[in-house]
Amino acid sequence: MAAVLVTTKINGDTVEFACPPEETLLSVLRNRLGLTGAKEGCSTGDCGACSVTLDGRLVCSCLVLGAEAEGREIATIEGMADQDQLHPLQRNFIEYAALQCGICTPGFLMAARVLLERNPDPTESEIRYALAGNLCRCTGYDKIVRAVQATAKELRRPEKNKHRRKKA
Amino acid sequence: MPKVKVSFISSFRAALGGADALEVEAATLRELMRTLVAKYPRMQQHIDAGVALAIDGQIYRDNWDVEIAAGAEVYLMPRLQGG
Amino acid sequence: MGNDPSYTNQDFKVIGSRVKRPDGVDKVTGRAKYGADHNAPGQLVGLFLRSPHAHARIVKIATARAEKLSGVKAVITSADLPDLTNGDAAARDILENCMARGRALYDGHAVAAVAAVDEQTAKKALKLIEVSYEVLPHVTDVDEALKPDAPVIHEDMYTAGVDPRPSRPSNLYNVSEFGHGDVEAGFAGADVIVEKSYKTEQTHQGYIEPHACVASVSPDGTGELWVTTQGHFTYRSVCATLLGMDIAKLKVTSSEIGGGFGGKTHVWIEPVALALSRKANRPVKAVMSREEVFRASGPTSSTSIDIKIGARRDGTITAAFAALRYQGGAFRGAIPGMPWAMIGAMTSFACYDLPNVKSVGYDVVVNRPKAAAYRAPSAPMIAFAVESTMDMLAKELGIEPLDLRIRNAAREGTRACYGPVYGPIGIGATLEAVKNHPHMRARLKKNQGRGMACGFWFNFGGQTCTDLNIATDGSVTLTVGTVDVGGSRASLSLIAAEELGIPYEQVKAHIADTGSLGHNDTTEGSRGTFSSGMAAIFAARQAIGVLRERAAIMWDIPVDDVAWAAGHARARGRKHSKLKPLSLAAIAAASPTTGGPIAGHNESVPDNAGVSFASHICDVEVDPETGSTRILRYTVVQDAGKAIHPTYVEGQMQGGAAQGIGWALNEEYVYGEDGRLQNPGFLDYRIPVCSDLPFIDTQILEIPNPNHPYGVRGVGETSIVPPLAAIGNAISNAVGVRMNHVPMSPPRILKELERRDAL
Repeated sequence: MAAVLVTTKINGDTVEFACPPEETLLSVLRNRLGLTGAKEGCSTGDCGACSVTLDGRLVCSCLVLGAEAEGREIATIEGMADQDQLHPLQRNFIEYAALQCGICTPGFLMAARVLLERNPDPTESEIRYALAGNLCRCTGYDKIVRAVQATAKELRRPEKNKHRRKKA
Repeated sequence: MPKVKVSFISSFRAALGGADALEVEAATLRELMRTLVAKYPRMQQHIDAGVALAIDGQIYRDNWDVEIAAGAEVYLMPRLQGG
Repeated sequence: MGNDPSYTNQDFKVIGSRVKRPDGVDKVTGRAKYGADHNAPGQLVGLFLRSPHAHARIVKIATARAEKLSGVKAVITSADLPDLTNGDAAARDILENCMARGRALYDGHAVAAVAAVDEQTAKKALKLIEVSYEVLPHVTDVDEALKPDAPVIHEDMYTAGVDPRPSRPSNLYNVSEFGHGDVEAGFAGADVIVEKSYKTEQTHQGYIEPHACVASVSPDGTGELWVTTQGHFTYRSVCATLLGMDIAKLKVTSSEIGGGFGGKTHVWIEPVALALSRKANRPVKAVMSREEVFRASGPTSSTSIDIKIGARRDGTITAAFAALRYQGGAFRGAIPGMPWAMIGAMTSFACYDLPNVKSVGYDVVVNRPKAAAYRAPSAPMIAFAVESTMDMLAKELGIEPLDLRIRNAAREGTRACYGPVYGPIGIGATLEAVKNHPHMRARLKKNQGRGMACGFWFNFGGQTCTDLNIATDGSVTLTVGTVDVGGSRASLSLIAAEELGIPYEQVKAHIADTGSLGHNDTTEGSRGTFSSGMAAIFAARQAIGVLRERAAIMWDIPVDDVAWAAGHARARGRKHSKLKPLSLAAIAAASPTTGGPIAGHNESVPDNAGVSFASHICDVEVDPETGSTRILRYTVVQDAGKAIHPTYVEGQMQGGAAQGIGWALNEEYVYGEDGRLQNPGFLDYRIPVCSDLPFIDTQILEIPNPNHPYGVRGVGETSIVPPLAAIGNAISNAVGVRMNHVPMSPPRILKELERRDAL
């Protein structure tokens, strides 16, 4: 079948690509655009390692077709930092040792960012359920939840955050 | 050369004529294995499959030149692997 | 307790500090390159055709139609992988597991592979390969496989380890026995004897990153392999052997590894990807699907175990016996001489000081994938059986389970159930820590219960080779050959910084490819930080020797007058009192004219990683309506020897406990009557998710390993050993049913509750 030509926005940049109609967005990101931050852990939407946002909504990019990106806005892990300033979640995942092997980390960061955008003050239970679509086999989730809690607290106190950023 | 008393796991005993412990002249793991095979050729198959030596409770798998002190408690067992 | 001053009164500068991992930024920005993130110019896509049958003779494989498809560059079968293993049974098993040779031995066994210009073409080609099978009788259950009428999988398999050799082949391939004393006499002297049989189902390591590699073999006999692995040097040796290549001509680069837990200590697709590349003369990228990971790569054994323990009224155990039946899949175990039940038998009663003990391991083949190491391989299952029985015994005796364990705990001088006598060990210390832990005094409600259990693991050292190079600005490159699976680049950098007396940030650790360093054994057996750490210490000390020599040249004084302290060369003695200390950076800056680069190097086999013990406490709540169990609170107490990076040690303990929790409650391979795996995906093979678990508390004890300069013991594996039994004991205390079948999933618990209520 003929390839589909798609125009979309990824991390703020306009991107054009051609792909077969059955090709997943994950495959497009990884194999056509060189954005390998989204990982393929299962290709069935069970592990969340390929999490990206589509118009601000968290999706498993293995369950989205490349063609569906037409006219939409996609955000991936590669666009999370503000140039050389890591997003507070990224900084705290390192600080709190919320990653070991790191294969699930991009997916967790995307999911956690969506959570904190919608709910700046989540309970532990809300964090755990918001991240329940992302599998981690290394950490037992303990330090991941702590990193998200610390980030939520930090983001609720913007003055302190600014101070920290200047210092960094 | 010093004599050491070496104990064995039961799986090795068939190759050792039924003994569960032997007095062997050896100062290192390498000498111990050489002596054992010379006397009990069937031990070669176990050594090829992999063995480890516990000296006073410490397990040596690879360092065949580790010295066996006189009077040390020596135990020959299979080589193990982890995950 | 915890800190034994006879070893740990060392004044560490950076060891024990919680620095940031050097691979952190790459991993949070998506920049880190894993197995599937690498591409080579002109690469093909490699895919596998796998057997749908549990056991079948391969009558014929017709590949002509696939080969003719446009875009297909190579199709291979076992005919393209001649047997070059030269009588090496272990290598022969690996070869046959990578590609079936005349018979498919399990559902998912590879029978052919293709390399094509893209995935779509490769998929089409797989459909064009015609395989005719003659289906054979199969067996997938470990107990069924031992029955006299079971189909015999290997006609040439005669049980080893029994004298005389059996007259008929069977699925029992090895019997091994450990122990000491006289168990019969011990049981005769017991006031109370408890016996119980157990089963544990097969689980998978469940690493989130599937196996992936890019293989490139050139007609000149050289090759390169980019691969996700725990041991790229081992992969190099195995692949070179199977393909008839010179080991030195195959360069293997380890990618970042997306989890391994033992499953990436064995080769699966890699030799086949190399063979495809050799045939096509193009690079080939092969990535397993999740389904392939489950069907055809490394699960651990399913088991069937009998336990018998006898004790006097006062709680002194007089005798203990275990019979362990472990299946290793369709092959003879990871390496010959080290079958899985044997390891289980060795660990069985390792926590206890027993006068009479016997453990017998029965290793069995079934039509399932070749079992692989999984974190403290073989230990969690036997610990489930032993530690459950210990609780039952405590109940019979009317003694607190914790007190029964303390009374019988192994100590320095105890003869271990696997033979040797222990040096300084930490089981007693972990039990005392449990006794004093506030978790033990927390209140419980209806349907809630608390359990505890102990665990043991050996830990290993192994072959290691490390380089340390000092740049002219004084920054330090530490080049190691052990794959970083849990943060070892941070811990090894800490160690190098400690020895040299410089800040952590001044050291950069790299994992070398196989062309850049001598052989390093696989990162397994909790050896990464232990053995490369030891090598880093000695490499740094060698470099310090060079630094002192260079300082002596710069000062024009004898090298014996130069000491090294706190990152500086210092001239000793009053006659040199005018010489100001020279920093590492100053000596490094002068190095081009004082003799060239400054480096240290070490190759060694640092044995003695130190045995490790843990005790876990767990609170659960069981829903009597659904039979589902929720973990309310979990505490890990473990001896780390010396925690180089305490946060990452905690991470190992938490991760191991979480895997044990999944194993205890949910995870299992489900095979149908047809011998096919019914749940090869994360939806139906359910590993714990974030909302399943509470925070996992940790308490690190430091009972130093006398054989390591800093007292380090391996820490990576022991934490997966106690959870199965801790949870089983907690369930028993919550609702009064004794679970003897893992996983303790809702249907199994409901069945036991119904049985309880019918009484």
